[in-house]
Amino acid sequence: MTKKILILLFILIPIKANALIEVDITRGNLNPLPLAVSPLSIDEESRKGFEKILKKENIGSEISNIVENNLRTSGLFNPLDKKAFLQDPDIANLKPRFEDWNLIKAQALITGKVNYVDDKLRVEFRLWDVLAAKEMMALAFTTVPNNWRRVGHIISDKVYERLTGEKGYFDTRIIYVSEEGPKTQRIKKLAIMDQDGANNKFLTLGNELVLTPRFNPASQMVTYLSYFKNMPRVYLLDIETGTQEVVGDFPGMTFAPRFSPDGKKIIMSFAKDGKSDIYTMDLENRIVEKITNHPSIDTSPSYSPDGKYITFNSDRSGYQQIYVMKNDGSDVKRISFGNGLYGTPVWSPRGDLIAFTKLHKGKFYIGVMRTDGSGERLLTENYYQEAPSWSPNGRVLIFYRETKTNSKGEGFSAKLWSIDLTGYNERQIKTPTDASDPSWSSLLSN
Amino acid sequence: MRLNKILKNTLLVLTACLVLSACATKKEVATDIKGQMQGDVYTGTDTVEYLADGVPDRVFFATNESILTTASRETLRAQAAWLRKNPNINVVLEGHADERGTREYNLALGERRANAAKDYLMTYGISSDRITVLSYGKERPVDSGSNPLAWSKNRRSVTVKAN
Repeated sequence: MTKKILILLFILIPIKANALIEVDITRGNLNPLPLAVSPLSIDEESRKGFEKILKKENIGSEISNIVENNLRTSGLFNPLDKKAFLQDPDIANLKPRFEDWNLIKAQALITGKVNYVDDKLRVEFRLWDVLAAKEMMALAFTTVPNNWRRVGHIISDKVYERLTGEKGYFDTRIIYVSEEGPKTQRIKKLAIMDQDGANNKFLTLGNELVLTPRFNPASQMVTYLSYFKNMPRVYLLDIETGTQEVVGDFPGMTFAPRFSPDGKKIIMSFAKDGKSDIYTMDLENRIVEKITNHPSIDTSPSYSPDGKYITFNSDRSGYQQIYVMKNDGSDVKRISFGNGLYGTPVWSPRGDLIAFTKLHKGKFYIGVMRTDGSGERLLTENYYQEAPSWSPNGRVLIFYRETKTNSKGEGFSAKLWSIDLTGYNERQIKTPTDASDPSWSSLLSN
Repeated sequence: MRLNKILKNTLLVLTACLVLSACATKKEVATDIKGQMQGDVYTGTDTVEYLADGVPDRVFFATNESILTTASRETLRAQAAWLRKNPNINVVLEGHADERGTREYNLALGERRANAAKDYLMTYGISSDRITVLSYGKERPVDSGSNPLAWSKNRRSVTVKAN
């Protein structure tokens, strides 16, 4: 609860949308929108106040740096160099001289102000359409000073939403597996960080192998696989309290867990006698249900956002392919028919697509297809990559990539990468150690 | 005539390429692959340890397969004989996959491979009470190489003493 940010919509001005700027996110954007992020202005007293608490010389600039970085990495915006700015931040926030911003080719402008009020951080910001010389949006937030990074992310989300018409994905976190050590003896820990790589924290010590963490819809719980006491089992972890428990009482390996969209169930595989089937467990009444019943390997289940369907991976045809069924296990249909093997299907939060990993002729691809298997589109090819996870707005995929080792078996690394659904804007997400199995949280400020 | 000439030139270029590339890779391939793989199943002994004299601890599999080869069945019969002679020893069968598959599927595949070994041991009189199956998927390779030979060593089920 302390994490919640109070949003005061104190000067929200409804805009009549006539010819104001808009950014199309449905296509690869080769001409990102040039925009100016003016540093948030701050009075000397507030500056000193925050410097004392946060050890940051100018929190206004720090917050606008976060906004700038988020907008740049989205690939949709091109934040202009601050050195070219002609107008001072404090004055720009009151009344921008649009000619000046026009001169440096900014089409949009973000201005704002930071105040230190009653031990709280108060931030207001405005988004301006430079060409139309109009204010597009104005918002203010009040929160505890420690939340300053989140304020930057929330401003980024608001700007993204106002300019693209879709929710953003900046005020989010990534849970992943941190990796260290030689390839034959990797030490793996659960780790969590902000979407931009800040605030990295380790959640386990590395004493046992851990794999495939996934958030619940509220992003407060994580389900994952742990080899605690050499018994690979699905666990549930409460991020705030740190409490962990085994999910269910299965006489063998459980793996590949995910939450249902309402967060009430965990769906996973249970392996026994060389067969892996899909099960669910209700977290409230602990009732376990068997969903698939087939002598093949059925794994990597993922629910549709309405909870009515499940996509999963099975080798019942002889090789790994993607299937869709109703949530009770009936009506199983194979949907992948292209060349190669298909794995790790994940249903888009928008409901219309399934992202997957494909192995074909020695190469690994991340791709998407419609939920009936049509319209397959491969976004990226590499030596090894897998396990895509969707941004909460369904526009970006995060996944991990491993390198090929040299003839001596050296040079192994695993890193997180993201790519837009358009197939553009591929970039590495920096982590303090090697990393794999990323899972994207929902939008935290909703 | 013209075609002939073109072909001849092409051949010359090709031969030159082959000679060059052979220089770069020949040694490695010769020492690595020769006599160590049949199909894509590992038949070497590099990584093999022994539970007792003449009792290898592991069996190997083809890509995406969990079928036991003739050599694997022989190894497992030796293990079964050894287990019958040592009735107090229990074992863990650790199933593994190579790195060329998705993590979750490989966990299941490792389990399937270890179970193939378990089933065979059971047909030779070893009680299932003495056998635990544990899959590591692709998490614990023995060879960190990114080549067919390394992968073949990693596709394995290893019988480990539990007590």
